[in-house]
Amino acid sequence: MAQATTTSANSQATQAGSRLVDSLDNATLLGWLRSMQLIREFETRTQQAYQQAKIGGFCHIYSGQEACAVGTIACTNGDDPVITAYRDHGHALARGMSARACMAEMYGKIDGCAKGKGGSMHMFDKPNHLYGGHGIVGAQTPLGAGLAFAARYEWEVLGTGSKKVCLCYLGDGAVDQGAFHEALNLSALFGLPVIYIIENNGYSMGTAIGRHTANHENLISRGQSYGIHSVRIDGLDIRDVYDQFKPIVDMCREEQKPAFVDLHTYRYQGHSMSDPQKYRTKEEVEQYKSKDSIAALLDHLMNDRQAIDEDGWKAMRDEIRDEVKDSVEFAERAEAPSVEAELYSDVYIFPQPNLSPTREYVHGAKNPLL
Amino acid sequence: MAELNLVQAINLALAQEMERDSRVMVLGEDVGLNGGVFRVTDGLQKRFGQDRVVDTPLAESGIIGTSIGLAINGMLPVPEIQFEGFLGPAYDQLVHHAGRMRTRTRGAVTVPLTVRVPVGGGIHAPELHSDSPEAIYSHHVGIKVVMPSTPSDAKGLLLAAIRDPDPVIFFEPKRVYRSYKEHVPEDDYIVPIGKAKIVTEGEDVTVITWGATVFQALAALDELPEDVSVELIDMRTIYPMDEDTIVESVRKTGRCVVVHEAARTAGMGAEIATILQEKCFLHLEAPVQRVTGFDTVMPYYKLENHYLPEAPRIKEAIEQVLAY
Ligand SMILES: Cc1ncc(C[n+]2csc(CCOP(=O)(O)OP(=O)(O)O)c2C)c(N)n1
Ligand SMILES: [Mg+2]
Repeated sequence: MAQATTTSANSQATQAGSRLVDSLDNATLLGWLRSMQLIREFETRTQQAYQQAKIGGFCHIYSGQEACAVGTIACTNGDDPVITAYRDHGHALARGMSARACMAEMYGKIDGCAKGKGGSMHMFDKPNHLYGGHGIVGAQTPLGAGLAFAARYEWEVLGTGSKKVCLCYLGDGAVDQGAFHEALNLSALFGLPVIYIIENNGYSMGTAIGRHTANHENLISRGQSYGIHSVRIDGLDIRDVYDQFKPIVDMCREEQKPAFVDLHTYRYQGHSMSDPQKYRTKEEVEQYKSKDSIAALLDHLMNDRQAIDEDGWKAMRDEIRDEVKDSVEFAERAEAPSVEAELYSDVYIFPQPNLSPTREYVHGAKNPLL
Repeated sequence: MAELNLVQAINLALAQEMERDSRVMVLGEDVGLNGGVFRVTDGLQKRFGQDRVVDTPLAESGIIGTSIGLAINGMLPVPEIQFEGFLGPAYDQLVHHAGRMRTRTRGAVTVPLTVRVPVGGGIHAPELHSDSPEAIYSHHVGIKVVMPSTPSDAKGLLLAAIRDPDPVIFFEPKRVYRSYKEHVPEDDYIVPIGKAKIVTEGEDVTVITWGATVFQALAALDELPEDVSVELIDMRTIYPMDEDTIVESVRKTGRCVVVHEAARTAGMGAEIATILQEKCFLHLEAPVQRVTGFDTVMPYYKLENHYLPEAPRIKEAIEQVLAY
């Protein structure tokens, strides 16, 4: 059943024996490897910091899903809008946010991407066209439609921009939300260039997909029912992701219409940092770890392409470890937001008399990413 | 004689009421197998089965809408919304259906629904996981809004809410969940909806609050000089409000401070201050003071304690109204 719904037209290249990904040079794939390993290392450090109570709030770790963000973002242009949910550190890093800005945000420090006011779930990077990081499950999906609408308007009506595609990520749990269905309908009806990427890790918090959504083995039928081009992709192998996702991006950009991708993946850690994980077995986790996407790409680069050797890999990991360690030190050193300047600022552009009943209004600091 | 925290007391109330009345059921995201994000429904699915403790899809509008359908057709649903911020998608169902069904049908169709919702800040959670929307739902007609601060009140109020023939939003202050224990009676008892509690009797000033800030107010009282006599009132029910208790108290003390976590503008403090000037005008010795969150989004955790009305701010306000 699951097999029968796996794609279609876009795997032609694969079937013919020549893969799209094979046309890319070693440097590009090494870049992917670096990006995935950066996310993995970053998340390991994030967990440590959380356990040391350096990070507050909730924290959702991306480890295991790296090929999704890195593989799909690799298919876009730097100015294509991207929007996601709260498991967002990976997307932020893959989109180009510095590890420093990302880590400092979680530490609640002024040098974070949202001046330490948003935290783990709210990674925004306007210069890199990342529009969050959103905490209400499913609520980002109509926003994705709007981002795509604006991009199309800019290109078609104003004549000021080029054709763009919006990537809108959501989890398998978010598929259950009404807002998502409204977004699908709007996108199909208006012809909006947005790709809904369901990072299907099989669980909505502690509820397995078979227990939370109907007809779960045929998720793409949701997109198809709105007449949207819908494809299921194995999200554990980044080369598969590229082969199948790149043609979708090209099609959506060219024809200015939406797509729906059921991207199968797995998260290694609990839903958030306080998850006893009663809902799955250790064996299941181990089984997925044996298909690890970083290991798979490394294997390809070492053995098929001879693009990197053990020494090169070690050097890459050392460099990444230093970069992440530096981000932690940076976050530790950074200042907390000042009460006077930051508690009441950034609500409206101009000061409002009611904001601060006890203090004079002070303008907040400039966003460090702008 | 069990000492229970808020989580355990609510769990006990749910279990006892499910035992007593087979129409009571629990629904929500992860309430069954996982026992809820705060483990409030822990063990209930094992005990009462999957038909009565239902793990739902991630769909708040669906959860509340379905619960309304259950309620108008004979069941007593107690849905859980994981955090107050997630009431957003359910807002239409709650306000436009649950709250208005009785009026719309001129009493023919009623909605005995109890929506359990963790509320408030103080646990280092980000926005949408730390808000206090009690005024919003009090403003909407047809819904009752309660917020117990102690385990024993929580049990009695929850039983009252489930047995109430109208919809009740039952806010549970997260900050209190595991931070306070007390003796909770085993037997069946009710804390009536609409009845405030006088926590400490006093003569000089009335402090009115509810939820987690009851404990902040108590801490502030500890810091005051011995000879200051404060009457601390825990509202317990936000709507319908127990006007008699607060009016009587302020007529006695002539001074009042209202404390809540929610933002100041159009918060319940504004409503209470208005009631007091309407009904105690000639008794007031000082303007009613509000100690509240600010008119800004609940900040991330480094600034959280500056947003929340902590004991020093409450103490300062008490001193101000006394010195007026
Ligand atoms: C409207 C809303 N309801 C509930 C939650 C609490 N919650 C956060 S994540 C989550 C599960 C979402 O699962 P999924 O969409 O599959 O994403 P994943 O965590 O697997 O990345 C839940 C129930 C929320 N943040 N927003
Ligand atoms: Mg999921």
